[in-house]
Amino acid sequence: MVTLKINGISVTVPENYTILQAAKEINVEIPSLCYLKDVNCIGSCRVCVVELIERGKSRLVASCVYPVAEGMEVYTNTPAVRTSRRTTIELILSTHHKKCLSCVRGNNCELQKLAFDYGVDEDRFAQEEIKYDIDDLSPYIVRDNNKCIMCRRCTAACNNVQTVGAIGEIARGYKVHIGCAFEKSLDESVCVGCGQCIVACPVGALSEKSQIDEVWDAIANPKKKVVVFTAPSIRATLGECFDMPVGTNVEGKMVAAIKRLGVDGVFNMDVTADLTIVEEATELLERMEKGSSLPMFTSCCPGWVKFVEHQYPEFMPNLSTCKSPQQMFGAVLKNYYAQKNGINPKDLFVVSIIPCTAKKFECTRAEENAFDFADVDVSLTTRELSKMIKGAGLKFTDLKDEQFDDPFETATGAGAIFGATGGVMEAALRTAADILDGGSKKIEFKEVRGTEGIKEATYTLGGNKLHIAVASGLGNARKMLDGIKSGERHYDFVEIMACPGGCVNGGGQPVQGDSVRNYVDLKSLRAKALYDADKKLKYRKSHLNPVVRMLYDEYFDAPGKHRAHRLLHTTYVKREKY
Amino acid sequence: MYIKPAVPFKGTKAQEIELKEFIDLEKSQPGALMPVLQKAQEIYGYLPIEVQGMVAEGLGISLSEVYGVATFYSQFSLNPKGEHRISVCLGTACYVKGADKILEGIEQRLGIKCGECTPDGVFSIDSCRCVGACGLAPVMMIDDDVYGRMTVDQIDDILKKYTVKRKK
Repeated sequence: MVTLKINGISVTVPENYTILQAAKEINVEIPSLCYLKDVNCIGSCRVCVVELIERGKSRLVASCVYPVAEGMEVYTNTPAVRTSRRTTIELILSTHHKKCLSCVRGNNCELQKLAFDYGVDEDRFAQEEIKYDIDDLSPYIVRDNNKCIMCRRCTAACNNVQTVGAIGEIARGYKVHIGCAFEKSLDESVCVGCGQCIVACPVGALSEKSQIDEVWDAIANPKKKVVVFTAPSIRATLGECFDMPVGTNVEGKMVAAIKRLGVDGVFNMDVTADLTIVEEATELLERMEKGSSLPMFTSCCPGWVKFVEHQYPEFMPNLSTCKSPQQMFGAVLKNYYAQKNGINPKDLFVVSIIPCTAKKFECTRAEENAFDFADVDVSLTTRELSKMIKGAGLKFTDLKDEQFDDPFETATGAGAIFGATGGVMEAALRTAADILDGGSKKIEFKEVRGTEGIKEATYTLGGNKLHIAVASGLGNARKMLDGIKSGERHYDFVEIMACPGGCVNGGGQPVQGDSVRNYVDLKSLRAKALYDADKKLKYRKSHLNPVVRMLYDEYFDAPGKHRAHRLLHTTYVKREKY
Repeated sequence: MYIKPAVPFKGTKAQEIELKEFIDLEKSQPGALMPVLQKAQEIYGYLPIEVQGMVAEGLGISLSEVYGVATFYSQFSLNPKGEHRISVCLGTACYVKGADKILEGIEQRLGIKCGECTPDGVFSIDSCRCVGACGLAPVMMIDDDVYGRMTVDQIDDILKKYTVKRKK
């Protein structure tokens, strides 16, 4: 521990702290544009400068990278600090496309907040801006370099955290910009669509490709029957868009709000999370019996699936052939539900609310669809849903709780925890243990919980040892795959989610800036809401879900067979590595 | 969006082997990317997507990282060099004497930008900083020939010399 003085207040902190971290201990939050905890730490934007007094002389240092030392004397709010920060922000604004009124981050922009807090003159260094083409060719992410401030959080997320390497810094000096190699569009690159760049971006340079208008149009079209289903983690994060504390479960209000948008049905995607588990557990047991294509990897995460297709195609046979819960729901709705309710599947407009940008890509994959049109018409992020709710003038926090619609309303705890890293594995283990150990009482598999990047465990099920592993974040997935390839790691079943911490921290989730992410572990707070929900539910094992049982009885017959195989399973395609 | 280059990649197996051998030699060193890119440019003359892909694969890094370095240093070229290399001096003396107009004129006539190569591979244009002939400003070089006191109307005749030479 070391003791230093910040603004004259003495504070004792661990030796590995930076000044920025130490300042938080005396309730001073130092702003940062390039620094983002666990993502980017390069000390380049200079917004976090503080005055350091050494041997009677003062100088400005970047507090996000400057380590604390015994007896250090630091001031965070002096005229020199304020002037420096203001000038830095004014310089950043000199090339920033200041279209704040209609910007996707207009109400949630870290740069705008700083400009306001420091009272800057936005035109002080007015100069000619370079005009960049907006990259909106991919179905999931829009990149607008005109708004980019070169903080490099996105490239750090893409290269260091996710090890995807789709975007990087190009050229130098005044012409430096973020882009894909050879100025490709994201669509032509190795981008997997995870959206971790979006949630890292302090401004509006990165956003999901908005499909809100398509949904409004469908709702207004009398010929269309619009049904919406929400992914497990939306209930744990949507509240943040309405200034509720991180980790508030808003399931009831969320359902009430979506119903008031004028749709014809609001369903619970936890149901098809359960359906996925039943199919996947069956597939795993079959593979283990045959001893082929092991370890089996989960396939619910489209970012992870695309990562394998680009970078590790040799592992494609190891991916479970199960569709993701989103696509299974699409298949159930356009086939079973449409048929049962006498609706032409072409007139059924299916909308998923998903914490993910890669899901927008998944809907467009031809191999996912039962017909020659999409099973899921539109996939909206948590952010887009909140925008629709705000646009409809709904007072979200005052809405009374409502329930999902029949027949897809009942969830199990296993489905609910799908939204957190380890959740899919735990859900699968609950079902597998029940099948193999004939009604096992074991429900909680705590070894696979928590936000560490890689978790491993061995369970004995039905007399056999089952080696499992869980990874979240594609950087950890890469470590895992390299370990399996080199023979260092041996598993039977592996769960992988592309985003660190799983879907609760997905690229489609509400964007929390430096003032939250630098100090709070979003991943675990959000995940806690799901594990709490799990504990309270009547059913906690996927195969016991009455809706899932009804689906097999009335339509699918048995897991992995005939109709289930045709509608609930998919195939993969090898993609270019560069 | 990625635009396929007008001049197709003509790399040979021998060149590929030479590059791969060099990469294997260097890849355990930290900061291997720079010498590898220099070697690649020495072998191929430029760094097209095919070559940068080989470098990325060989060093186990992403293409965007390779591209970032290749575009940071002006000595690396993404375009092939022509059979005849045009180099327009944009040094101070030439510039005040209107070298930018000369460069613009050449760009217009050849239909390519500075740093690019014509689709037939005959000419490539680059700019340089001072060839030490300021007294003759504005100056342009084609291969080893120096042309001083350039005017825009001379461009056609000078370029013709090289296309005619080629036909013979």
